[in-house]
Amino acid sequence: MRSYLPDYPVINPTSLDEALEVLAAKSNIKPLAGGTDIMVYMDTGVFPASTLLNLYSIQDFSKTPEFSDGHLKLNPLSTYQHARTDQAIVNAFPLLAIAAKEISVLAVQSRATWIGNVANASPAADGVPALMAYDAMLKLSSKDGQREVPLHQFYQGYKQMDLQPNELITEIQLPPLDPGWKDYYRKVGTRRFQAISKTLLAGRIKLNEGRVIEDIRLVFASVAPYTLRAVQTESVLRSRPLTPEIIDEAAQAIQDEISPIDDIRSTETYRRQVTTNLIRDFLNSNLTK
Amino acid sequence: MHIPRKEEEIVKRTISRNDDFRVLQHNIKRPEGIDKVTGKAIYIDDLQTENHLYGKTIRSTVAHGILKNIHFKDGIPWDEFVIVTAKDIPGKNVVTLIEDDQPYLCEREIMHKAEPLALIAHEDKHLVEKALNYVEVEVEELPAIFSIEDSQQNKVTLQQSNLTNEFHVGLKEISEDVWTECDQIIEGTYETGAQEQLYIETQGIIGQVDFDGDAIKKVSVWGSMQCPFYIVKALMPLFDVEETQVRVVQTETGGGFGGKEEYPNILSGHAALLSWKAGGRPVRMIYDRQEDLWATTKRHPSKITIKTGFKSDGTLHAMDIDLNLNAGGYITLTPLVLSRALLHCWGPYRCANTSANARAWLTNSIPFGAFRGFGTPQAVFAMELHINKCAAELNIDPAELRRKNLLQYGDTMPTGQVMDEKIDLDFLLDRSLEKSDYVNRRQQIEQFNQSQKSSGGLKRRGIGLCMNFHGGTFAGSGETHMNSHVAMTLDAKGHVDILAGQVEYGQGTITTFVQIASEVLGIPVEWISKHQPDTDVVPDSGPTVASRTTIVVGKMVERCSQALLKKLSEVGLNKDYTANEFQQAAQAYHNKHNELLYVKVKFEAPPDQLEWNEETYEGAAYAAYTWKCDILEVEVDLVDYSAKCDKFISVVECGRVLNPIIAAGQIEGGNAQALGFGLYEDTVLQEGGMANNQYTNYIIPTTADIPEMDIEFIEFPYLDYGPYAAKGIGELPIDAPAAAVAAAVAHAMGNHFICDIPILPEKIMVVAEQAEGI
Ligand SMILES: Cc1cc2nc3c(=O)[nH]c(=O)nc-3n(C[C@H](O)[C@H](O)[C@H](O)COP(=O)(O)OP(=O)(O)OC[C@H]3O[C@@H](n4cnc5c(N)ncnc54)[C@H](O)[C@@H]3O)c2cc1C
Repeated sequence: MRSYLPDYPVINPTSLDEALEVLAAKSNIKPLAGGTDIMVYMDTGVFPASTLLNLYSIQDFSKTPEFSDGHLKLNPLSTYQHARTDQAIVNAFPLLAIAAKEISVLAVQSRATWIGNVANASPAADGVPALMAYDAMLKLSSKDGQREVPLHQFYQGYKQMDLQPNELITEIQLPPLDPGWKDYYRKVGTRRFQAISKTLLAGRIKLNEGRVIEDIRLVFASVAPYTLRAVQTESVLRSRPLTPEIIDEAAQAIQDEISPIDDIRSTETYRRQVTTNLIRDFLNSNLTK
Repeated sequence: MHIPRKEEEIVKRTISRNDDFRVLQHNIKRPEGIDKVTGKAIYIDDLQTENHLYGKTIRSTVAHGILKNIHFKDGIPWDEFVIVTAKDIPGKNVVTLIEDDQPYLCEREIMHKAEPLALIAHEDKHLVEKALNYVEVEVEELPAIFSIEDSQQNKVTLQQSNLTNEFHVGLKEISEDVWTECDQIIEGTYETGAQEQLYIETQGIIGQVDFDGDAIKKVSVWGSMQCPFYIVKALMPLFDVEETQVRVVQTETGGGFGGKEEYPNILSGHAALLSWKAGGRPVRMIYDRQEDLWATTKRHPSKITIKTGFKSDGTLHAMDIDLNLNAGGYITLTPLVLSRALLHCWGPYRCANTSANARAWLTNSIPFGAFRGFGTPQAVFAMELHINKCAAELNIDPAELRRKNLLQYGDTMPTGQVMDEKIDLDFLLDRSLEKSDYVNRRQQIEQFNQSQKSSGGLKRRGIGLCMNFHGGTFAGSGETHMNSHVAMTLDAKGHVDILAGQVEYGQGTITTFVQIASEVLGIPVEWISKHQPDTDVVPDSGPTVASRTTIVVGKMVERCSQALLKKLSEVGLNKDYTANEFQQAAQAYHNKHNELLYVKVKFEAPPDQLEWNEETYEGAAYAAYTWKCDILEVEVDLVDYSAKCDKFISVVECGRVLNPIIAAGQIEGGNAQALGFGLYEDTVLQEGGMANNQYTNYIIPTTADIPEMDIEFIEFPYLDYGPYAAKGIGELPIDAPAAAVAAAVAHAMGNHFICDIPILPEKIMVVAEQAEGI
């Protein structure tokens, strides 16, 4: 059953300060970015009555991401479309472009924001894993000031975030990348496009001359209550030579780190098996290169 | 203007010519096409009304129980609402269809989740949605059953008996002697799920009742539908009114696939009841996607067991088929669906000993109903996958096993019907093998799989082949009982309007009828229109279902056009007239009679049509059959266990093709929907209710999941039952590809057959991880 629209008044702040002021003064405020998650929640009637804070009315936010000296800053209105079409970003952070292309269709990609994807905190989010694999940092702002939180420490449980009711996510920062990393992104849904992930791996690996894993990132969707960076499995692999044996070890380790469930989209067994297959596929593809 | 066909000219000839006709066989533009693509077409939600209310349905959240009470809780201005419960109903609380088991609104026993319990309406669209949250339904729950097995075992008895219908064809049973004559006996059980029609436009009806004092003057409904006259018949007893007091108008309809065959009866009743209670204000009831998926019918789930006996050379000698359908909580159209499933279950094969039994079972699932194919896709899936499985077990190529057993001209089918069409299924098969390069591809694929296995590769490929027939029109003597009519008017300017109850819902009804009339009348297609189905104006030409529109009603359009010419000959229209002379004759007719020229024809069964015996299920089940062979390939990925169809050819025999693009479109669409049935579409039924009732969770294939298709039409010589020897084509394509794709997956997986569809990656995983040698 749909939500009752008059239950959702909208406030249109014109500046960031004004928005932060509203957040500090009132309770039960929900930021509204692209609205592509919120609209679905309203359609199914699961969005609690609240006041919407329309971020589109804020003049301070430019939509285009800032990219200089290898630093990328995504602001609250930066959409997937930007990451797909800005060639400098595509070259520097290819996973963002790949993830952006996998998310829904052009209409949604042109409206939906990266920050909305982060703040929606869905374990099935497709944008978050790419950001997390690049060690994204979040800038949180409130009337009282600003703080920074690494994205991989931002989630604390299902839809639980290190985010206060008076705070707004005002930036996602990606640090410059050092060379030598290899990227991997594979989304698994029941059909090729327009699918909610049943599991997903955004992976990055840096091998040195002697085929030793200098560093690695393994980020998964839909196999834990929130986007999971598999730090334990990463540490099994880090500083070890990439061999078939160590791939087996990693495939074993990931099983203890994930906690997938049965739901209307898939089964726990399938998610476990395919997650293992994804790790193997990722590591195997680097074995011989 | 009948053009006789020379048999030898047509046999084994593929259709590429369009020289015989002026209009037919040409891709004329859809008359309604521009309005559709420019947004001008008026769908039900676009229809403007004044002073209207929005109607909503209060539904059951339990699968089985006794309705005790409905409480309207505080927080909503209920006095502003119009509320209808079963008690209010002025006439009979029965949805008129086949059995009298389904009420418009539940009175006592709830049979399934989503069952309508009461109706509310208000002029504020948002408030009426919100109000649904303030209704509490008190129910005493009863134990419920959901599967065919539980229904068969009588775990709970629903109505008088869980068995709704049983039909039988062929031998009573196959004797032990016959089985011992077989060298190899192979058995298999096949299951299919509750596919959803997923028309783009959701169900929607606007109802309005006019009064004459306190008495009902007229009950009118407008909306998205396939069968306007079904609705007339359903509304008459509901309001206890005469046929002339009911008017049903079809608005532009965005897809149906059978989903708008019987369900609009219910929705029309609901909208009209609210309008009646509201003193005649129009009531709009347009479902959103979630409600549509939650509340409306789907394809009957099936469980079919087939036992076949073969001689050592691969000759099919005995066939025992046990076909079961899940009917859901009410009977709806189940007996007809069951009958059609039964009449297609033996496939296009000759077999000396056949016994086929079909039964349908009540459960507490949502009622299942009409869906393109109407039972046939379930039956064909089982038989065609079984033949592939037999081929694997007999170690014969599936194409060769078929060739050995294909039905031939003059053969007798299990119903006793003699195949008197000059069919040539060997040619159909040969063309398909040639087109798909089947023999080479099969070999290459097997080599590919070998090399993948030995190199640790994670791709497997498979090729699958299926053949099938589809009986067009209503089964047996259904068409004669239906007593359809078609009419035409001609105005003074020479404009012809075709009057028929057939609806356009995307499949090309208007174009086809206009083409046929234009061909007969010898006037441009622009001078001809098809009247919007409005039961006050058009005659009942039967429902728009069962692949009957072209073959049956199209034939009547042809005859009606001839009748019109006959009338014009009375005012001096000569034999070889020009379009101009046609116009002059139209003018002359009007000058003489001072009224619209109106002609009407009635269905006539072909004189030589065989009898059909409803009791014994013997005789000519269908007047005409269409034929098809599909060959497709899949690639299975062993990382995520997905199967993707990436090559697809179909060779089709459907009589003369009247409009090549529309025909090819029907085949491509049917093939795509069948791939959905086979690989993707999984209605997750929780206690018989659809748990994944959103686009995002009910996965249909998109263009990215469907390959480009190569489609070819061939023609067998055929008695002229349909117009210009055309047959129907709407359902044929959806019957077999699910089996073809399942066969291809089995081929890719080293002959491990997954026999229940959809074949989701989760199922392929189990085979890949557990079976040897993949
Ligand atoms: C058809 C369709 C397909 C989709 N497909 C995909 C898909 O394939 N993969 C995928 O990951 N997602 C998908 N989505 C979901 C959605 O598009 C994404 O999650 C999107 O990134 C959300 O961004 P938004 O700007 O629309 O967020 P909104 O809906 O505006 O907001 C989402 C949440 O974030 C909060 N929020 C927004 N901005 C801020 C902020 N600055 N600070 C704090 N909180 C904030 C909101 O209050 C809300 O709770 C799909 C949605 C639709 C409708």
